[in-house]
Amino acid sequence: MTINPNAKMEESQDGTEVYNIDPLIVKSHYEIDYIHSYAQDSRFFTSLGKKKLMGTRCKNPNCGYSYATPRMHCMICGSETEWIELPGKGKIHSYTTCYFGSEAFLKETPFHLVLVEFEGIDSVFLARLIGADTEDLYIGMPIVAKFKRLQSFSPTDVYFVPSAEALKK
Amino acid sequence: MRSQGRKVYMVSGGVTKFAKATPDMDFRLRTKKAFDYALNDAGISLKDIDGSVASYFADHFQRQLMSGIMAQDYLGLTPKPSKRIEGGGATGGLAFQTGFEEVSSGRMDTCAVYGFESMSHVNTWKGNEFIALASDTNFDYPVGGFYTGYYALMAVRHMHEFGTTVEQLAKVSIKNHGNAIHNPYSQSPMKLTVEDVRNSPMVSYPLTRLDVCTMSDGAAVAILADEEKAFEMSDNPVLVKSIGTGTDTMRLSDRPFLKVPLLPNEKESDYRNLKYPGIHSFRAGRTAAKEAYEAAGITDPLDEIDVVELHDAYTSSEVQTYEDLGLCKYGEGGSFIEEGKSALNGKVAVNPSGGLLACGHPVGATGIMQAVFMFWQLQHSLKKHFGNDKLQVNGAKRGLIHSHAGTGTYVTVSIMEAVK
Repeated sequence: MTINPNAKMEESQDGTEVYNIDPLIVKSHYEIDYIHSYAQDSRFFTSLGKKKLMGTRCKNPNCGYSYATPRMHCMICGSETEWIELPGKGKIHSYTTCYFGSEAFLKETPFHLVLVEFEGIDSVFLARLIGADTEDLYIGMPIVAKFKRLQSFSPTDVYFVPSAEALKK
Repeated sequence: MRSQGRKVYMVSGGVTKFAKATPDMDFRLRTKKAFDYALNDAGISLKDIDGSVASYFADHFQRQLMSGIMAQDYLGLTPKPSKRIEGGGATGGLAFQTGFEEVSSGRMDTCAVYGFESMSHVNTWKGNEFIALASDTNFDYPVGGFYTGYYALMAVRHMHEFGTTVEQLAKVSIKNHGNAIHNPYSQSPMKLTVEDVRNSPMVSYPLTRLDVCTMSDGAAVAILADEEKAFEMSDNPVLVKSIGTGTDTMRLSDRPFLKVPLLPNEKESDYRNLKYPGIHSFRAGRTAAKEAYEAAGITDPLDEIDVVELHDAYTSSEVQTYEDLGLCKYGEGGSFIEEGKSALNGKVAVNPSGGLLACGHPVGATGIMQAVFMFWQLQHSLKKHFGNDKLQVNGAKRGLIHSHAGTGTYVTVSIMEAVK
């Protein structure tokens, strides 16, 4: 047992960054590393290293809906889906150029975003596109998937560039 | 048809002035100010409130979990029943509808729905990052990570499908910022031209700074009651006639290409070649409108609705929403704004308050702010609350409020009607 009326809390010299006194506004720092599992979507990310873009197709023979962005269960009928390899070529379904963004991506601006449609696939895929200016982009533009050699296991391991066909337009 | 439940009325409301940053008050004090305004306006007190619904979107902004109970506690509403509702940008609309359900079901005779968001605790770009975390973090956030980018993709496709122009989008910005000049609660009232909008900094092509709403600190409160209590508390309550809610896939890329769910005033032949919703339209908005219209007996929305407060986080989404709500056919949204049909003195006044574009968008408060402004419109009491009646829509009898999340993932539509 310890009873010490002279106990004194240890003090630190860290201090606090203060922006304003009244009202009192201080800096409050926060950061965290998550242990993020791609879980049932994992195969999409590992396939990018083999230069393969994977989607899924509903296993229900009466449905067969296909997804350019994989999901392991069908949103139309609720059945399981199976992995399919997507074609390496697609077309621009829509596009934009971001001049601002979230803090995490500000240093990458400006960048193009495209939604990609693939022949015979029912849904589309969100990706970055390089190798063209905004005024060069159009809906229906033929584009080709390219893969980074050094993977970061992010969906940006695949990106798109204009197809050589686009030059002929 | 499901049970109608009890009739629900809005009896009072309060809003704080939305601002980029109000560090002299925290969310509890802001909510208290809006709550006291509402209590005082109806001449009621704490003991008249049976329970509540708390509305706020992101725990990230304040790094404070369970903010809901802190507001409940500060307002003096403990130990009464309460819950937190969250659904992205539609949080306020969903919370308002939850309050409706609490009264309609008979669980509560009176319910206070309070909403708040304090977005000034982080810088704008960190704020955009938090908001973008409300997109699929496996497939969408790491690629785009920016909601204006997602909406720009939709706007470009809408322009492609229907011939909508950037000048038409700019007219939404002009209308809403211009209306806000007469709204003392608004964050960014402005008199603008098409050139001003097009020449402001490009955020995500084709959307410029003035096509996009701002981040805000703010709070709003709506007090709902059953018929007996409503007429005890007020001689001019506003009926909440019906509610509707729709949903859609989290990822824009998963949206299907099907047929338009038709409203009574539309025919299948109107949309022979349209693949729907794709990324140009909000199926959740159409679904919400359809449910609310059916329950209210509305068959021709443009003729039967006088005022709309809709979720114009982007000028393009206001144009898209005209179509989802059936104020015009799909494809006619651009000409609808261009012809002045949604102007204050147009066929239906859309966002007479200034909407999100000009009032600000403190997420959890926004949908409730719409309810409060609509309540004052339908009470014909705007002059009392705004200090002028420039935005009062003459003879407004029926209003629609519309709250919207994500890329159109949750959408709510609620119909309100004047009793006087």
